[in-house]
Amino acid sequence: MVDVTNVSKAYKEVKVVDDVSVHIKKGTITSFIGANGAGKSTLLSMVSRLIPKDEGSVLLDGEEITSYDNKELAKRLSVLKQSNNIKVRITVRELVSFGRFPYSQGKLKKEDEKLINEAIEYMQLEDFEDRFLDELSGGQKQRAYIAMVIAQDTDYILLDEPLNNLDMKHSKQIMKALRRMVDDLGKTVVIVIHDINFASCYSNHIVALKDGKCVYEGHPEEMITNNVLREVYDMEFNVCNIDGNRICVFFT
Amino acid sequence: MGYNKKLIILLSLSVASILLFVFWDVGGQWDYVLPRRLEKVAAITMTGAAIAASTVIFQTITNNRILTPSLIGFDSLYVLLQTAIVFLLGGGTLVMMNNHFHFLLSVGLMVVFALLLFLFIFKREGKNIYFLLLVGIILGTFFSSISEFLQVLIDPNEFLVVQDKMFASFNNANTELLLVGGILLLAATLYLFRYTKYLDVISLGEEEAVNLGVNYDAVVKRLLGVIAVYVSVATALVGPITFLGLIVANVSHEVFRTYRHKYLIPGAIFVSIFSLLLGQWFVEHVFTFSTTISVIVNFVGGIYFIYLLVKENDVW
Repeated sequence: MVDVTNVSKAYKEVKVVDDVSVHIKKGTITSFIGANGAGKSTLLSMVSRLIPKDEGSVLLDGEEITSYDNKELAKRLSVLKQSNNIKVRITVRELVSFGRFPYSQGKLKKEDEKLINEAIEYMQLEDFEDRFLDELSGGQKQRAYIAMVIAQDTDYILLDEPLNNLDMKHSKQIMKALRRMVDDLGKTVVIVIHDINFASCYSNHIVALKDGKCVYEGHPEEMITNNVLREVYDMEFNVCNIDGNRICVFFT
Repeated sequence: MGYNKKLIILLSLSVASILLFVFWDVGGQWDYVLPRRLEKVAAITMTGAAIAASTVIFQTITNNRILTPSLIGFDSLYVLLQTAIVFLLGGGTLVMMNNHFHFLLSVGLMVVFALLLFLFIFKREGKNIYFLLLVGIILGTFFSSISEFLQVLIDPNEFLVVQDKMFASFNNANTELLLVGGILLLAATLYLFRYTKYLDVISLGEEEAVNLGVNYDAVVKRLLGVIAVYVSVATALVGPITFLGLIVANVSHEVFRTYRHKYLIPGAIFVSIFSLLLGQWFVEHVFTFSTTISVIVNFVGGIYFIYLLVKENDVW
């Protein structure tokens, strides 16, 4: 589990994340939702030690995340940010292979190759595993990055807008894959997500941020309601129950 | 064509250029010509290798293909340090003092400067390569102007004495420092080997590297230290050549089109040795010393630099 306690981050005078505490249970999907600039990505970056936090603590299985050994932490927690602009010329397979770096330190063994193949299959990338990344569409790239994180084979997987650039088919495919990883392999997934209907259908826990503060958190049933969403997003929603899922209608 | 095959071709070209440089038109004066040429070849080879390797590493750290250590003023800083030492300690003592001591002192100061650079520029949040480039070019010009100013202030007689020793050029390589420079290069390279496996990961970007368990700050600091040693040795042996690194690192990227540093770095080194020696051969035998190789390199490299800036290439 991950215990986030009273973390804050300010850039100059502006508090981007303000005294947020979140408890992330093992074997669940937790979604961070909120408007643009609410502090979701910053919170995720602090939880994954990509940026230093000003205050508070992030405990991963009881130990402060910044006191972990880098290599050991990379075997337990992986993170994928939304702004991926890798500039090197690299094929999909080579990128996925980098996911094994914490284990192999650059020298791939047999079991590394096996996990790389599995990750490529998982994301259905077999057809273009030897293509260069800069020749791919945005969605294919996104799937390649996720495959890399899968190859990293960590207990905790943190993803910043994993559905960015993806069409409906691939969005669903990725959410299903994440769900499977949680249900079958016992992974813990934390995502920043804009599509609240995906958050509603696939997560166990939803954390709503507004202006850097955690305003609501809870089970999707408690969270996906007209009142909560109105307050989080400052707009009107119409939550319907369709086939047992809570779906928000807000398009018109 | 496979990576290894390309590497072998580049290696053969650089060996061929070494042979051409050493054995062309010796004219029977073997015992006079050969040792001098060998010293020169050693100096140029070491310089070429150091500049190529340092530039490839630097570009990987900064994640771009426009910045080079000399473009942000590393080699002008070395010249400034040398000048300042002469200015402060005086030429008279310098003649007495050990040349190697000056060299090592400057190298040490260079490493310190590299770490300061890391603290002040790399650790700023939201680093921007154009900002770095701008700061670097201004600093570089600033360093060379200060050096010139100090050189004017030094007693002309003293300056003449030390000039020869301290400020090298391709036609007048500082062969006295060959041995100690070589040892430093070797030591820095052995140190670098422990970190080469991280270079490929770092080329993916800082966040990816951290995600994959690289202690990013510590590794980058050490790599900058190695770069500082490389640049110092290269500048001490033959003086600054601004655009060489830019050309050879980019040629290596174009030839290999990969992220793998085990090909990129040797590739850049071979291209560098080949082009420097061939260039110097042209200067000596075709232009008969009417120009210097620095002029040629900077002419070609400057045009290439403008091309890169205009193209604003973000695809490696």
